[in-house]
Amino acid sequence: MGLRVNDLRVYYRTLRGEVKALDGVTFEVGDGEILGLAGESGCGKSTLGKSLIRLDGRMRHVGGTVELDGVELPIGDDAAMNRYRYTEVSLIPQYAMSALNPTRRIGKMIAELLESRGVRYKDVAEELERRLDLVELPRDVLGNYPIELSGGMKQRVVMVVSTLLNPSLLIADEVTSALDVSTQKAVATALVGFRDRGFVKSMVFVTHDISLTHQIADTIMVMYAGRLAEKAPSGRIIESPRHPYTRALIDSLPEVGVRYEERKLSGIPGSPPSLLDPPPGCRFRDRCPLASDECVEAPPVTEVEKGHYVACWKA
Amino acid sequence: MTQSDQVSPSAETGAAQPAGLGPSPSPGAKRRGGDTLHFALRNKKLVGGSIVVLALLILGVVGPMVYTASPVDYTGLPAQQPFGEYPLGTTMSGQDVLAQFLHGVRATFIVGLLGGGLAALVGMTVGFLAGYRGGIVDEILNMFTNILLVIPTLAVLIILAAYLQVRGVLAEALFIGLTSWPWAARAVRSQTLSLAARDFVDLARLSGVRTWKIIVREIAPNMSSYLFMTFILLFGGAVLSAATLDFIGLGPTDSMSLGLMLNNAVKWSALQLGMWWWFVPPGLGITAVVGSLYVMNVGLDEVFNPRLREM
Amino acid sequence: MLKLERISKTYKVGAFGGGVLHAVSDVSFDVAAGEVVSLIGESGSGKSTIGKMILRLSKVTSGRVLFEGTDIATLRGSALKGYYRQVQGVFQDPFSCYNPVFRADRVFSMIKEEYFPGTSAAEWEEKVEAAVSAVRLNPGQVLGKYPHQLSGGQLQRLLIARALLLDIKLLIADEITSMLDASTRIDVLNLLAELKARGLGVLFITHDLSLGNYIAERTVVLRRGSVVEMGPTGRVFGNPCHPYTIKLLDSVPRLHEKWTTTEPAAEEPWVREELVEVEPGHFVAGGYRGSGAGSGVREEPAPR
Repeated sequence: MGLRVNDLRVYYRTLRGEVKALDGVTFEVGDGEILGLAGESGCGKSTLGKSLIRLDGRMRHVGGTVELDGVELPIGDDAAMNRYRYTEVSLIPQYAMSALNPTRRIGKMIAELLESRGVRYKDVAEELERRLDLVELPRDVLGNYPIELSGGMKQRVVMVVSTLLNPSLLIADEVTSALDVSTQKAVATALVGFRDRGFVKSMVFVTHDISLTHQIADTIMVMYAGRLAEKAPSGRIIESPRHPYTRALIDSLPEVGVRYEERKLSGIPGSPPSLLDPPPGCRFRDRCPLASDECVEAPPVTEVEKGHYVACWKA
Repeated sequence: MTQSDQVSPSAETGAAQPAGLGPSPSPGAKRRGGDTLHFALRNKKLVGGSIVVLALLILGVVGPMVYTASPVDYTGLPAQQPFGEYPLGTTMSGQDVLAQFLHGVRATFIVGLLGGGLAALVGMTVGFLAGYRGGIVDEILNMFTNILLVIPTLAVLIILAAYLQVRGVLAEALFIGLTSWPWAARAVRSQTLSLAARDFVDLARLSGVRTWKIIVREIAPNMSSYLFMTFILLFGGAVLSAATLDFIGLGPTDSMSLGLMLNNAVKWSALQLGMWWWFVPPGLGITAVVGSLYVMNVGLDEVFNPRLREM
Repeated sequence: MLKLERISKTYKVGAFGGGVLHAVSDVSFDVAAGEVVSLIGESGSGKSTIGKMILRLSKVTSGRVLFEGTDIATLRGSALKGYYRQVQGVFQDPFSCYNPVFRADRVFSMIKEEYFPGTSAAEWEEKVEAAVSAVRLNPGQVLGKYPHQLSGGQLQRLLIARALLLDIKLLIADEITSMLDASTRIDVLNLLAELKARGLGVLFITHDLSLGNYIAERTVVLRRGSVVEMGPTGRVFGNPCHPYTIKLLDSVPRLHEKWTTTEPAAEEPWVREELVEVEPGHFVAGGYRGSGAGSGVREEPAPR
């Protein structure tokens, strides 16, 4: 059944007012699907990832629902969410590899974590070792301290630990940003392996790197200023994007083989609107080359082709 | 290619601050100082502590000018109770306790400011140089600091007392200042070490700016809260040291101070004789000054460190 | 213009300083006037260390850095200041390059104080506005603001404007776009390309091969502190010879292709090898030769 998000609104409380980080997002992730959540800074993708599992003190659930496998998740209630965390929904947070306790051996840390979930280490020890083999980590990594491992190895340890109890949904928040290119590939492919082997049913892969998302995601969802801009199967969104923002974004990406003298790329002038007091209508209006009078009214998300959703009057 | 006049905050992905805050209300840029003042005035510890310190300061400055009785003359009958002819009673030898108290508060502040100020000056200079320059300069200054730390100051003081029959407040302040700077130097050095590694210091070096200018213009302003708090702690420490020295009889020979009052009170068995008006005021005075300074320090920490503030 | 002659940097590490870390080993390459050279390397490759050594922010352990024939280690006092008039740097994190308690323009006034003390205020203002416009920013919108009020892209461009005020010949750009969004990244890169056309030389340090490929004429690939491959960009990426370069190119996520090999390549033991010229201008450590698609086949290094 997968994940169903309906008109989710999550705002941040700040001294100056409420920042509307996530302002009405609706989408679905099917079983066995990897959704790549792409966008630039300030678009709300990290907020979305975080709100599916835990709202921190400054975030406030203002409206909308989240349903996983037919059950509504009480995301606004921290205590009630506790029993879903790690067993149904799991998160690999952004700086996870730096968050490993430096004074604990990996094995001990895993044991403590499982204990806090009410699971005996002995019960899952065999499965744990099997998974370590899968991600090509030596079994004696359990006896190491975090400082003895490289960045890629730490990231893979975190991945294994987060999925040990076979959650239905895995959220990977910028798990490859701090890694080298070759390790990035290894980690991303390992994630796909988890899905293929059924350790997790569906995955939300949050990143700012569209080319990377394209490599492993089935569907890509592009967000802008707290709202959904475009969502389509990954091949389709790269080859024929419909939203002006997506188009401009893809056009601004340099690739090996493209040189300045041959083809000058251009960025998107301006910057995203302030989410403290966002302008009415389409939020990309100020920077859009196709903007016109009708854009004063916010465009609804429409399905222009099967599985291809766009929020734009011009699509 | 035009730039819109909307600005966005840090483009770093996953910034702790929620994105999309937009520009501040006034285009001319609200100064950071304004923010700090706003929080400073609302912090109970800071405001409470400063009121007490200020009140005592005024007492010490204005008091002796208004209440002109002499603290050392034997004017009254010995061991008189307070709230009679003399507001705070008299000592065993007939001296006016209130006059002693007011002069004592004044002396306390003088020693505290001079001694604390001197310690702050020396400590910060040593700390900045050692932290910024590193290398051999750091080694030498560290050695110097460590030597000073292991010298038994009390022993030195007793020897000095044997040579200097007449000692003034200035001498005491000098001594305290020159012996209490090591911890300040250490603290400033470690902060400087971490700031010196920042990119904007590199940029200043790339702009050809000289060492002392970098320290004063780039590093110190970023530590201003830390330096301020260090000074307050040195001030409080100096007051306490002075009280201790006075109490054991190694203080100034020519003036009255709160520690000296306590010294005399103990000498004349004031506690056993029930002469509470002799030792309670100076004791309270010292506690009030030092205690309020430390409370102010805690409050300042909350003001300067946003994470400690309540939302 | 800039020539690195077998420079190395070693650090003492470990308890009691017993161990040694070779951050950079025997690196040599050069940058000609008006040329963009990209220095590609992953973390731990020593690329930032090389940048710092060129900028004299870090001491060279052995070897020489020559700028227009002069060894920069010999420069002192006003000669060093003169060096900074011709060579400047821009770093990765734009926000940390600005002193947070002052306005952003302070970086300009620092330059004025040190290099243009005699210039009148009005003349200086004109110069600043010209430099800011040259980096495609609107002076009215960015001058007089605090760093936290400007975006990362604007701050980076202001740093480039600051370098332009000095009329520099060489800019060391150390990962200047990694903290910027994709849409602003390309604008900064285009700016560098325009400045190159006006005669500026750039050493573009990055881990992102696509960016290096976009603007650089020559590419140097660095691994664990030594050069594994260098040459004209077209040849290094079109005919990659060293196994490491091939692995890098293989792992870069591309927009219009999916990854082909999915098993991770084995970690080869690292051994530093000498550079061999396999094509005119194209040097490969260990003399591996590619074959169009790059097979990493090693040929016997030519006798020297």
